[in-house]
Amino acid sequence: MGPMPGAQAPQQIFTIEQLVALNPYNPDILPDLESYVEEQVATQTYSLDCNLCLLRLYQFQPARMNVHIIIKILVKALMALPATDFSLCMFLIPERLQMEETFLTLATLAHFLETSRFREFWDEANRNRDILEVVPGFEQAIQGYAIHVLSITYQRLPRTLFAEAINVEGLSLDKVLEHQVNNNGWALEKGGKVVVLPLNEDNQPVLRRNTADSIPLEHVAKILPVLV
Amino acid sequence: MAYDGNRDFGGGYDDSYDDRPEFRDGFRDLQPLEPGFDTTNYVPDVVRTFVVYLYRHIREKNVYEIHQMYEGSFQKLSDRLFKQSKWPAVEMIAPYVENDHVFCLLYKEMWFRHVYARLQPTLEQRCDSWDNYCNLFQVILHGNVNMQLPNQWLWDMVDEFIYQFQSFCQYRAKLKQKTDQELAVLREIDEVWNVVGVLNYLQALIEKSMILQILEEEKDGNVTFTATDGYDYHGGTNVLKVLGYFSIVGLLRVHCLLGDYHSGLRALSPIDINQPGVFNTVIGCQITTIYYYGFANLMLRRYVDSIKSFNQILLYIFKTKQYHQRSSQYDQILKKNEQIDEAMFDELFSYACPKFITPSPPNYDEPLINFNQDAYRLQLKLFLSEVRQQQLLSSIRSFLKLYTTISIAKLASFMDVDEPTLRVALLTYKHKTHVINYDGTVLSNADVDFYVDDDMIHIADTKVTKRFGDYFIRHIQKFDEIVNELDRTQLE
Repeated sequence: MGPMPGAQAPQQIFTIEQLVALNPYNPDILPDLESYVEEQVATQTYSLDCNLCLLRLYQFQPARMNVHIIIKILVKALMALPATDFSLCMFLIPERLQMEETFLTLATLAHFLETSRFREFWDEANRNRDILEVVPGFEQAIQGYAIHVLSITYQRLPRTLFAEAINVEGLSLDKVLEHQVNNNGWALEKGGKVVVLPLNEDNQPVLRRNTADSIPLEHVAKILPVLV
Repeated sequence: MAYDGNRDFGGGYDDSYDDRPEFRDGFRDLQPLEPGFDTTNYVPDVVRTFVVYLYRHIREKNVYEIHQMYEGSFQKLSDRLFKQSKWPAVEMIAPYVENDHVFCLLYKEMWFRHVYARLQPTLEQRCDSWDNYCNLFQVILHGNVNMQLPNQWLWDMVDEFIYQFQSFCQYRAKLKQKTDQELAVLREIDEVWNVVGVLNYLQALIEKSMILQILEEEKDGNVTFTATDGYDYHGGTNVLKVLGYFSIVGLLRVHCLLGDYHSGLRALSPIDINQPGVFNTVIGCQITTIYYYGFANLMLRRYVDSIKSFNQILLYIFKTKQYHQRSSQYDQILKKNEQIDEAMFDELFSYACPKFITPSPPNYDEPLINFNQDAYRLQLKLFLSEVRQQQLLSSIRSFLKLYTTISIAKLASFMDVDEPTLRVALLTYKHKTHVINYDGTVLSNADVDFYVDDDMIHIADTKVTKRFGDYFIRHIQKFDEIVNELDRTQLE
């Protein structure tokens, strides 16, 4: 007979997700939500709903706002691109707070990413490593986003562009490309100068063209009695 | 219908309040009371009978009659007798309705709504109204109310509740014009119109009514809710269930006012707005639902969903022709595809957006500034930055429409930008037009799509309009039906 589950931690009967689902407007769960943010950072997980709930509660009680936690939430939201999580979080943060330097930096970074300016993004990110290093997995997440955007736009693109987008050069770049070639169906042409991306629905719009003005037979059949 | 013979309602009157002789000509014989007259302490005869009849109909669950009195007579009496003044205080009419607790709460709800609509509520009235709503909801949640009320009234309750909350937040944020006394009172009453309280009431109504389970079970056919418009034909009560249902819409609205669009849409998810539902029964509810749904999608960049829902409601409004003012408002939102500069976006957004609120009480110790505009300004700022990010995209779109293939260099020279900038803009276009659905799939909502092959852009015009055929067929059928109906009626 194992240890009784009730004896261990009687307060942890509900997971955080359940708490947010059942009782989202209760200011008492604020400390739990804050520690959950720390947990997300540590274990490289992410939960938009819980973070939004926390930002909401901060909105209701600005005195309990914890700026460091908010920054971590925002960085996590950046990593969730291409989802619009960052904007969602910004909607809930008061304007006065958004004027502070760290927030301005994060907003600039988000802006660069939203407008696909990867080179400027990585430059700015390098200047602000201290903010971003707090959250492990940031670099990989942004690289994943860059690859996503490139995949829906390009069929073939020059290697230099790719390197710029994911901020990787030289041998490490070769390794990345090799990984993609082996696992995700990429290919290299012209002696490695051009990267060929796998065809998917989005970079091959020709497949989705609707044929012009064809009317299915059933529809026509409906009006035949009228016409006759 | 059940009639308690012990009550003497006067001989010879019909059961319908509006059929009474003095009302048939629309209250023309009623003299409006003199201005300055203290209306709260005097109960005119018509009001007395109004209250008595309303009470009787509620007790007997004559929903139709209640609806007539609530929609019609109440408005008429307000217009004739209480245009700029308050209805008689609840203590004055209570004796006529046996001091029934629930009826008094309902009467006070209507009383406060009248004050908000026609007059400027004082701080004290705002607090009293909050107390009344608390009491009313407590009774509905924990007491066992056995009434059937018209859906219009129940929706108005939820709608007014949120409106008064909104109004209070705006009022509270205007610190400059407050007297010291008012500030002192505001400091004390932290829980009045507290955002957590409001949200919790809405949540409690949803939970206690078990409306989510009802909506789920309805899909299996075990329970009838939508089919009867929420009314209970087996002698039960519709109040809690329907209030729970309308609270779902209420939650959507409050979340949007706070700027949390994601949670608002999540809250609305039990209701499928593409299916007929109880929200269709009350036009105000339908418009509110679709408006906030569309607006939330707009802020989340899900333009296709947003446009679809706005179209739906615009068509409806156009057909019913009642709300001409607001239909032009939505029209303007839909025109954003054209070449408009940023100032226009600013204007349109400000005109069409909901009245955002700052939910927290202000810090009364800081210098007194008006901060009621803060929430709205923040949303506007974020919206405009989104607009700015998308500015190049419309010109890209118009160029792409002209070509099937074009090299990057050529397009860059057309648009007067250099190649890297263009590449970046192309990536942005793709990013902005591809939306991530809730289940993680990528959905494109662009009507002009392209892909890049090293240096060449290949364009595909994806949405060819094949709609004409369907459209004509539908209308031919409809016309045929009409003609057949006409033929039939002539024969009879």
